[in-house]
Amino acid sequence: MAHVFALVQAAADSAAAYRDFPVIGSRAAIWIAAEIHLMFAAFVLGVPIFAVVAEAIGIFGKDQRYDRLAKEFTRLLLIAYSATAIWGAVFVFLLSTLYPRFWAYLTAIFGVSMWVYVSIFFFESFTLYLYYYGWDRWKQGRAKIVHWCLGILLNIWGTAVMFIADSWLTYMMTPPRDITPETSPASIKLWHAILNHTWMPINIHRLIGNVVFGGAIVGAYASYRFLAAKTDEERAHYDWMGYVGNFIAISALIVLPFAGYWLGREIYQYDQSMGITMMGGFMSWLWVIQAFLIAVLFLAGNYYLWVGMGRIPGAERFRPYTKWLLVVLVLGALVWGTPHTMIADSRELAAMGGSHHPLLGALGVMSAKNTAVNLMILSTFLSFLLYRRANIRQVVPWAKTGTRIQAAMFVIAAGVVLFFGIRGYFVEAIVRIGYSVYQVGAVLACIVFVTVIDVLMARGAQSLGAIQWGKMPPRSQYALFILAVTFTWLMGLMGFARSGIRQHWHVWQVMQDTTPYAATPALGYAAIMISTCVLIFLSLVGFIFWLGGLAEKSTFVPSTEAPHVGH
Amino acid sequence: MRAYLRHPFWQAVGLFVLAYLVIVFVIPMLPGSAMVPSSVVLQYMATVLVGILIWVSDDEARWTTFKEPLHEVLIQPRLKLVRNGLLAAVTLVVGCLTYSQVKASVAAPPNLRSIHPAPPSQITFRGKTITLVGLENPLRKQGELAPHVAEGRRIYYQNCVPCHGDHLDGQGHFASGFNPLPANFQDNGTIAQLTESFVFWRIAKGGPGLPREGTPWNSAMPAWEDFLTEDEIWSVVLFLYDQTGWKPRTWEVTAK
Repeated sequence: MAHVFALVQAAADSAAAYRDFPVIGSRAAIWIAAEIHLMFAAFVLGVPIFAVVAEAIGIFGKDQRYDRLAKEFTRLLLIAYSATAIWGAVFVFLLSTLYPRFWAYLTAIFGVSMWVYVSIFFFESFTLYLYYYGWDRWKQGRAKIVHWCLGILLNIWGTAVMFIADSWLTYMMTPPRDITPETSPASIKLWHAILNHTWMPINIHRLIGNVVFGGAIVGAYASYRFLAAKTDEERAHYDWMGYVGNFIAISALIVLPFAGYWLGREIYQYDQSMGITMMGGFMSWLWVIQAFLIAVLFLAGNYYLWVGMGRIPGAERFRPYTKWLLVVLVLGALVWGTPHTMIADSRELAAMGGSHHPLLGALGVMSAKNTAVNLMILSTFLSFLLYRRANIRQVVPWAKTGTRIQAAMFVIAAGVVLFFGIRGYFVEAIVRIGYSVYQVGAVLACIVFVTVIDVLMARGAQSLGAIQWGKMPPRSQYALFILAVTFTWLMGLMGFARSGIRQHWHVWQVMQDTTPYAATPALGYAAIMISTCVLIFLSLVGFIFWLGGLAEKSTFVPSTEAPHVGH
Repeated sequence: MRAYLRHPFWQAVGLFVLAYLVIVFVIPMLPGSAMVPSSVVLQYMATVLVGILIWVSDDEARWTTFKEPLHEVLIQPRLKLVRNGLLAAVTLVVGCLTYSQVKASVAAPPNLRSIHPAPPSQITFRGKTITLVGLENPLRKQGELAPHVAEGRRIYYQNCVPCHGDHLDGQGHFASGFNPLPANFQDNGTIAQLTESFVFWRIAKGGPGLPREGTPWNSAMPAWEDFLTEDEIWSVVLFLYDQTGWKPRTWEVTAK
């Protein structure tokens, strides 16, 4: 009987609360609009961080290449910015017309922040215009510093806009505990709603994620231009740009899991059933796919570096070691992708005695996963280190000792990771969770100290020859494409996980979704939706890249004395 | 022979075959192991293949040497027979694989099973509201544990043993009649990962009390709240942990 009442209530609620979108339905329409808006938003927030850092290197390192790189990306930003705004408008119009009651609820709480949002958006746009169009006008002396400060201001506006939008979506996931279905939205204090459990973890996770995404898109752009390049000079430039993009993407990727871990922890703390749905329940398969995709990122990132060693004189000294790094990465990928609950038919289930494999099941738990990913991070860092040192020979008297200390740090970090990984099997869960902090701490400490030693050791180093930029086989460029596609796909996938754990709630346990689309979609359907969004986004980005090329062709003046560095 | 062993192409083929043999035949032979499900074999082999392709192509000289046999087979007139044979073999293998994937089978299709249903924050036990979040086993604070464990053992052997087995390993007399098999408490992936309140909830509410999300569930577990008292269920929970030696997952201090 209660079910009948619930249905009648739902029908009554739905009549005024929702409208439907033709053919694909409201949920799919909102999904596509929100996801593509988010991807463009990540692009226009990540690339300015990239651009302002590149400009700073150009100014303070007196390297004009970085300045050209920053400007080239700011030009793409102009077009991407319009696309972000258009998709944002599509998203808002769809939300307000298809989900009017929910929209009214959100605006009742967040109305003021929405006004602030558009104001900042306005300032952000005009700062961007000043930043781009003033590039050649303010390129000397103090004016250049002022111009760089405009870039910083652009990032501040962008970050503020993101923080405000994050408060809306995190409120939907983790509304403050004192808010109930009976609480009038008008009585909820704005700051109280903004300062919810997952607001800051999402802010930080997205901030770092945007840097990764910006770097990956820069890499993809560079690879596209590299493959289309007609001259060796162009090829050399875009090869270098691809390297810088990849470097930034992978460097930021290394710290991204820690921010994600914080977010996951906050979700568990807020509501353990939400956490279990995400990590152990029906969303858990997304994490297996995620593990697989992150393994692809690590493998593709390292592959790009190893192929790149072919253009560095002196790199042949380190070639024998890369295959062992590959072994660690492949083993890490195998462990990381091993599901705890395996897909098996009845015969296999009977042979295993359940859905956990008696032996491989041990690789499906967090102790094994954390160990694998930390060793993969260490291996990737070692790849970077070898790449960095490939064409130099240290001349400081303590070079050998320094290298030994670095090696010892790697061994100690790997030892700590393995020790706590194995010990994690013999202690209770609450203790085991704490071990990941020691593992991460050991890896980060190794990265920091080894880098410091390396920088000191490289002082006055003897060069074994300049990097022959442009002398890269085309297959290396596809690794950069893979990175960009995988990052985009991952964003869509994990965005679905984050949003999907609300299940049939617009606002978790406060406002129920009573549309026919309230059921959490099956993984196959979700995968199709995510892939569609990725395809639409990448097609539009491809168009933007093409436009970028068009704009440059009109002003590009090839050098008459290009050095021969190509194939 | 030595030339073949040193050639990257044949090394790659050898590594791929070796990996397959290890995954499919060696791992199941290890002590306490079992066959590897085909989904995992596929996943492992895909990873190994990517690794091998990276290895052969990350160095220009090795990549060129690796492609030589492929190139020769595809264009050399003297290898026409090998080429045709290879094309026929590849077509045949793809055809057989496709057939084996689409042919009708009597076996139930493999399904993705959510192993940890998300517990509600509170439940109603015979009209009494119990908050599960932060809840500890109340019997742990009621005098000696041994009588409670003994009581749990008695209840377990009276009610649970037909499915969950004498050794608490999910191998009871009726176990083979269920798909999926009853939970194996000796496995480190079941009660070892859970709080006692989660185990209490599962016993009390059984299959019928599984959450709406993540359906369809496959569970024949009865709702034991209809047959056992609250203390009886807590004593069974105590017995399960005492007998298996696992420690229940504890709550974080900050969790409320």
